[in-house]
Amino acid sequence: MTHYPYYPGCGLSPEGFGRAFDWSIKGVNAVLGLDFREIPDWNCCGTVPYDTLHEEASFAVCARNLALAEKMGGDLVAPCSSCYVFLSRTNQYLAQYPKVKKSVDEALAAGGLEYHGKVKVRKVLDVYVNDVGNDVIASKVKRNLDGLKVACYYGCQEVRPIFGKDHPENPKYMDKLVKALGAEPVNFPFKSACCGGSLIISEEDASLDLIKKLLDSAVSNGAEVMVTGCPLCQLNVDAYQSVVNRKYKTNYHLPVLFFTQLMGVAFGLDEKELGLKTSIVPAKKALAKFI
Amino acid sequence: MAPKIGVYICHCGSNIAGIVDCSKVSDFARALPNVAVARDYKYMCSDPGQNLIKDDIKKLGLNRVVVASCSPRMHEPTFRRACQDAGLNQYLFEMANIREQCSWVHTDKEMATEKAKALVAAAVKRVALHEPLETKEVSMNANTLVIGGGVAGIQAALEIADSGHKVYLLEKDASIGGHMAMFDKTFPTLDCAACILTPKMTTVGQHRNIELLANSEITELSGYVGNFKAKIKKKARYIDMVKCTGCGRCSELCPTSIPNEFDCGLGKRKAIYIPSPYAVPNKAIIDAKNCRHLKGKAEGKADVCRLCQKGIPNRNQPGCEAEAIDFNQQDEIVEIEIGNIIVATGFQQFDPTKIYQLGYGRLNNVFTGLEFERLTNASGPTNGKVLLKDGSEPKAVAILHCIGSRDTNYHKYCSRVCCMYSLKFAHLLREKLPDTAVYQLYIDMRCAGSGYEEFYERLQEEGVNFIRGKAGEVTDLTETPEEKGKLVVMVEDTLVRRKRRLPVDMVILSCALEPRPDTEQLARILTLSRKADGFLLEKHPKLDPVATTTDGIYIVGACQSPKDIPDTVAQASAAAARVLALISKGKVEIEAAIAYIDEDKCAGCKICIDMCPYKAISFDEVKKVCRVNEALCKGCGTCVAACPAGAIKGRHFTTEEIMAEIEGVMA
Repeated sequence: MTHYPYYPGCGLSPEGFGRAFDWSIKGVNAVLGLDFREIPDWNCCGTVPYDTLHEEASFAVCARNLALAEKMGGDLVAPCSSCYVFLSRTNQYLAQYPKVKKSVDEALAAGGLEYHGKVKVRKVLDVYVNDVGNDVIASKVKRNLDGLKVACYYGCQEVRPIFGKDHPENPKYMDKLVKALGAEPVNFPFKSACCGGSLIISEEDASLDLIKKLLDSAVSNGAEVMVTGCPLCQLNVDAYQSVVNRKYKTNYHLPVLFFTQLMGVAFGLDEKELGLKTSIVPAKKALAKFI
Repeated sequence: MAPKIGVYICHCGSNIAGIVDCSKVSDFARALPNVAVARDYKYMCSDPGQNLIKDDIKKLGLNRVVVASCSPRMHEPTFRRACQDAGLNQYLFEMANIREQCSWVHTDKEMATEKAKALVAAAVKRVALHEPLETKEVSMNANTLVIGGGVAGIQAALEIADSGHKVYLLEKDASIGGHMAMFDKTFPTLDCAACILTPKMTTVGQHRNIELLANSEITELSGYVGNFKAKIKKKARYIDMVKCTGCGRCSELCPTSIPNEFDCGLGKRKAIYIPSPYAVPNKAIIDAKNCRHLKGKAEGKADVCRLCQKGIPNRNQPGCEAEAIDFNQQDEIVEIEIGNIIVATGFQQFDPTKIYQLGYGRLNNVFTGLEFERLTNASGPTNGKVLLKDGSEPKAVAILHCIGSRDTNYHKYCSRVCCMYSLKFAHLLREKLPDTAVYQLYIDMRCAGSGYEEFYERLQEEGVNFIRGKAGEVTDLTETPEEKGKLVVMVEDTLVRRKRRLPVDMVILSCALEPRPDTEQLARILTLSRKADGFLLEKHPKLDPVATTTDGIYIVGACQSPKDIPDTVAQASAAAARVLALISKGKVEIEAAIAYIDEDKCAGCKICIDMCPYKAISFDEVKKVCRVNEALCKGCGTCVAACPAGAIKGRHFTTEEIMAEIEGVMA
């Protein structure tokens, strides 16, 4: 069984808004024979609020996770897009800027740790598509999602800026995976556009406009369900759908799931195990045929 | 005779003296064994500096000279000449590089001075063992090979041919003319490109000193300056060049229609075709990949189509009456002998499909710069009318600068010509469609050149909209009624600090100029180097911009870096002058620092023959020993190291000399 150090981050922790992502990853892994081992005593990845206030400290905080992962060996899997980008960026800065590396090394040494830059940070989607392969995934399908129209929403960080292998402007990994489940990925030109991210708190109007564009594009192209690999994208498009409807006098009811939840449904896993009811817009109707 | 060495330390202004204590180094040198005199001077390469050496040779009877200054690439010939002028064999000279390899790369003055001393000690030890060597001269073949038939190659070929010397002009395509032949107008004077280029093209075709090898490629090169041998592959054209009259009847008969490369795929051509209205040579060519008969033949089917040859008798349409079509033609390899080579292989346009968000190849009416050239060209697919794919005229056009240039994802360099050709496009649009709005989306306007800034100013007055910002996306996803049915260009206008959505009908991508994909292969054949950006490397970017590190091979035009037509033509003329200078000299000097085989020690094992990269070693069947061809040997030393009997000596790089140098630097 292939094992990977696993970094859930705050979003996928038991109290996190993306906990269903964590649950469904575990369920799907059991089917695929993958072993994600949670890094013991992991801490915050150091992202957004932290790195804008004290960049070097945030790199040190982040590097602690990398150092712990390095001890375990193997590629580090970070499901949350924000964690993924910040862990990757820390890796890149440590390799590129000796000054950053020096201060981070000192901070790590104080905690009895060292980091040699050997950890590769990856996303769940990348591991599934490239390490497991869509052929294997297709072979595990018990309930073919035949006819289900899916908008694959990558968000802005899944494939950016340059860490991954997929095309940053026109990614295709998730579409191919969804196809392997028997479902039909719809044309979705906004698939790598921004959901507003944490700006939904400070710049609500601008963010709602972005979310509305996503919903509009997905629904007008016939999507019955949207899937994503980013907890923040999931939260924004799901939780703010009613706000969009109120503001723009629209009537969207698009369930927004993690792609791993959809995989779980196709693999015939238990609805509860996948946390299908943790999202706000109910997915029951769209998935009724398959559950 | 005991060595009597003079050592000269150059300050090079403050280049060396700023870091290295030159007087300390000369004091050090003076105390070394065999050194008769040591001096330091501000500029050793100046006349007074050289005179110091010459006077010392004459007055003190020096028989060895060391100069510690810059790289030997820079001034070794200068000081060798000074020695020779004073009656000393030029090989009794050695240079220590205390600038590039010392003062320029170090900051610690004391350590740098110590290093300079070590380098000088090494040179002094080595020079003591130098032997006088004689250079030889061989005659210069007066024929020249020009590779590439664009404006650069045409210019170089004509200048050399006009002086009465033979030129082989090699062109991989069916016609010469290159990119310039595809243009409509040229900036900033708005000369018609065809009007200024076609006379030159026809002259090339008719010139008695130019042998045009169209549809041909170089496959192999051997030899050295003055005496190169090149193998040329003349690709099968399936046309008898003597018989074909260029009437074009064959194309009319051909039933296969495919996108025309000369029109960037916007128009159509036949499988048998004449490349352009002003093609030189003005002869037909068959595209074997698309010809029904040749495809059929390759699949073993006998006699498919052949309408071009047979005609359609029942409709009273005869086939090729000149009987010029020859389906049995094969690729042919010819060997030519030349003295010099000018490489003028040009560039290729960056492929913008790589930048997905700009929509090229996905959205109708997003064009590349070259495609727009064809659209505005009277000989192009729309007869010079600027039309959208649906045949209507655009009401608004956006020209997007720096596509693939000045972009760390693609090419870091500026392609130099795009600002100007974008301005030219804007002018042509204003002229042809006065009611159409034209937007230029630029990062910086770079209009350096004679008359260029004035042209920019003129365009501002012609009512073109300049928006400072690089376009981020071109989309057909519209948001407002005004945008409906249009392409929307998204850009941050950095002068007013606002995001803008520009609804337009046509988008032109001003794409980068990049190295041709076969540059690497060509560089390998010709033993040329390339720069980090993939273009061919010149010998010196400022002082020797058309020569290369391989003597007798010159690079001109856009194969070296992106260039406009004036610069390209200037380089072509410069290279032609360099070639003519060598031809008029008539002789070429051969380096004396080459390999020498001691026939008494040679066992005839032939290991060296296989090792030699220049094919300079042959086997004497009578004496059963190997022998070096002095004209071909480059003195690389590979055979010296390889010889199991130690029978080969690298002149000027003997084991003793190299060991002495190492001892000197370690001492």
